[in-house]
Amino acid sequence: MMRGESLPRAAAPFLGFARLLRRHAFAIAPEQATSFMQAVTLLGPRSMSDIREAALATLAPSPDRHIEFEAHFRSHFYGDAKPSVEGEADEETRIKDDGGMDERESETERREESGELSSALEQLSARDFQRADNGLAAFRRKLTAALPVRRSFRTVRAHLRGKLDLRRSLREIVSADGDVPSPLLRRRQTVPRKLLILIDVSGSMKLHTTDYLKLAHATVQGADRAEIFTFGTRLTRITSALRIRDRDQALARAASQVDDWDGGTRMGPTLLAFLSVPRFSSFARGAAVVILSDALERGDHAELEMAMRRLSARAFRLSLATPLAGDPRFQPATAALRAILPLLDDLVDGSSIASLTTFILSLARPAPAAEAIWKRVS
Amino acid sequence: MPETSAETVATSPEAIAERLAASRYLADESLATAIFLAIRLGKPLLLEGAPGVGKTEAAKAIAQLLGRDLVRLQCYEGIDAAHALYEWNYQRQLLAIRHAGEHEIDIYDDRFLIARPLLQVLRAPRQRVLLVDEIDRSDHEFEALLLEFLSDFQISIPERGTIRAEAQPIVILTSNRTRELAEALRRLCVYHWIGYPDAEREAAIIMLRACDVAEATARAVAAAVQTIRARPLAKPPGIAEAVEWANAATILEKGGSPWPEAFRRAIGVLIKDEEDLSYIAPELGRIVEEALA
Repeated sequence: MMRGESLPRAAAPFLGFARLLRRHAFAIAPEQATSFMQAVTLLGPRSMSDIREAALATLAPSPDRHIEFEAHFRSHFYGDAKPSVEGEADEETRIKDDGGMDERESETERREESGELSSALEQLSARDFQRADNGLAAFRRKLTAALPVRRSFRTVRAHLRGKLDLRRSLREIVSADGDVPSPLLRRRQTVPRKLLILIDVSGSMKLHTTDYLKLAHATVQGADRAEIFTFGTRLTRITSALRIRDRDQALARAASQVDDWDGGTRMGPTLLAFLSVPRFSSFARGAAVVILSDALERGDHAELEMAMRRLSARAFRLSLATPLAGDPRFQPATAALRAILPLLDDLVDGSSIASLTTFILSLARPAPAAEAIWKRVS
Repeated sequence: MPETSAETVATSPEAIAERLAASRYLADESLATAIFLAIRLGKPLLLEGAPGVGKTEAAKAIAQLLGRDLVRLQCYEGIDAAHALYEWNYQRQLLAIRHAGEHEIDIYDDRFLIARPLLQVLRAPRQRVLLVDEIDRSDHEFEALLLEFLSDFQISIPERGTIRAEAQPIVILTSNRTRELAEALRRLCVYHWIGYPDAEREAAIIMLRACDVAEATARAVAAAVQTIRARPLAKPPGIAEAVEWANAATILEKGGSPWPEAFRRAIGVLIKDEEDLSYIAPELGRIVEEALA
């Protein structure tokens, strides 16, 4: 690309805008900045809206960040006040998704927010992330092999049982000058299913969230395709934070993203919010979904039931692990639990890392439905 | 429609919008600009948006306005080079070898080459528009393959050498955003996010697509659909469903059903999820009456 000094002065604001966006963690490649200027030239430009359209088309901000993009555009080209990070009303279930965000940037932004968030950081740093491993390393190693599998559309070479691989066979025949060698076979590959873990971080789960986060970290490190969300009053995707290999760093980063530690639970609305984002709900399709929660839903449980029905229709296996089941006297007696029990494939003990790892490693093995088991117990 | 040079069609975003309207596709200023830029900059156009906002329709309309055939590559999990680029017809090759006996034959002749969508477009870039539909369904390896194709517009066939397009083909990619696409792909393309249209535009689309529907009906449908989409549904209705609803309600009304009743009875063509139906049912009467008011 040309150097800034050799460009006409009129081009400076456009390059400046690309630079401004980069400073705010929009990934803008040099060729995108060039395309932006070409696009502006092609369009005339006849008005500011042409420049805006050209910027949208060529700099391609993600739809999640359109409002932010718009604010930067106005501040750069109209001289409006600099956009600030706005707080949102707490009425609605907010979804936080860290996908596509620059890590450093989001961290600094969030630190600036102060108050509530830094207290979340403190709370978590006050939580004792013990060095004790609890068998998580072994869990991580075994995980990929232990997950349920599905047959993929792709094929792999096979020695026994498979369909004739004409492509390779023909090559063999040609190279052997027409002789027919032993047939070469292919069969459909099996791939591990996705694993989706939803962690309840509300007040009633306080004792267990640290363990759950450790487990989530081991899961993301061990499985090919895992997604982790936390929910309380809000839904937060923490998968990318947990991709950091060092556990303490990963957990501290995840902690900084979650705003609703130890608050209330709005499990139904939060799960519905999860399902209403196509990108998230499509992750649940065909996946093993594990919810770590006591399912103590406040008030009416109609929404929870609806969300669970939708989840169970999508998922390969829907499991609820509750710490309450660690008590031998536990019965799924609350109205919410009774309503969702027929929709669950498993209702298991989630009181310790050991019981959870054993359960997750057994996901590939068939088991009777949760309702059948609990009816037998009661 | 005769084939037209892309540059002569794309003189301005307004000209694009006009020609799209002639193909019965109403594009807003922003989409028309993105299409104009994609054609003039010679870049692929990436259209993202919720299911049912008219991404595939936009590609069809673009092909029509340029007077070219649309070649569609539908993506799915597990799609690979053999489905997208080319494949040899092994059965025919085997038969030919058997028939040839002692004679020499070229088993890598054109007769045995099955051109898949990407190769078809490379061979005739001026006559085709390539639609890579639902790219978000494919996996990362395929996205990388596509990226390579889109940056050079060439394919290497080991037995035949490299085939390069003599002109830049017009490529449209669509994504429902069920997963994040690679940054590199977004950078390479002209990008446009298609949202649901506002009530006025949706009414215009309904009138354009459903010929028998009265203007008042179209407006009522558009208003009601806006309200319904604001609810947390598992499958929010797309534009095509809104058009079908207007059509179905009109047919019922002509058959003797009074208006609000006709809308209620035709709801099955708008909402195609049993749970959504039961969720919206108690409110439906009020929504329809407000829309008709």
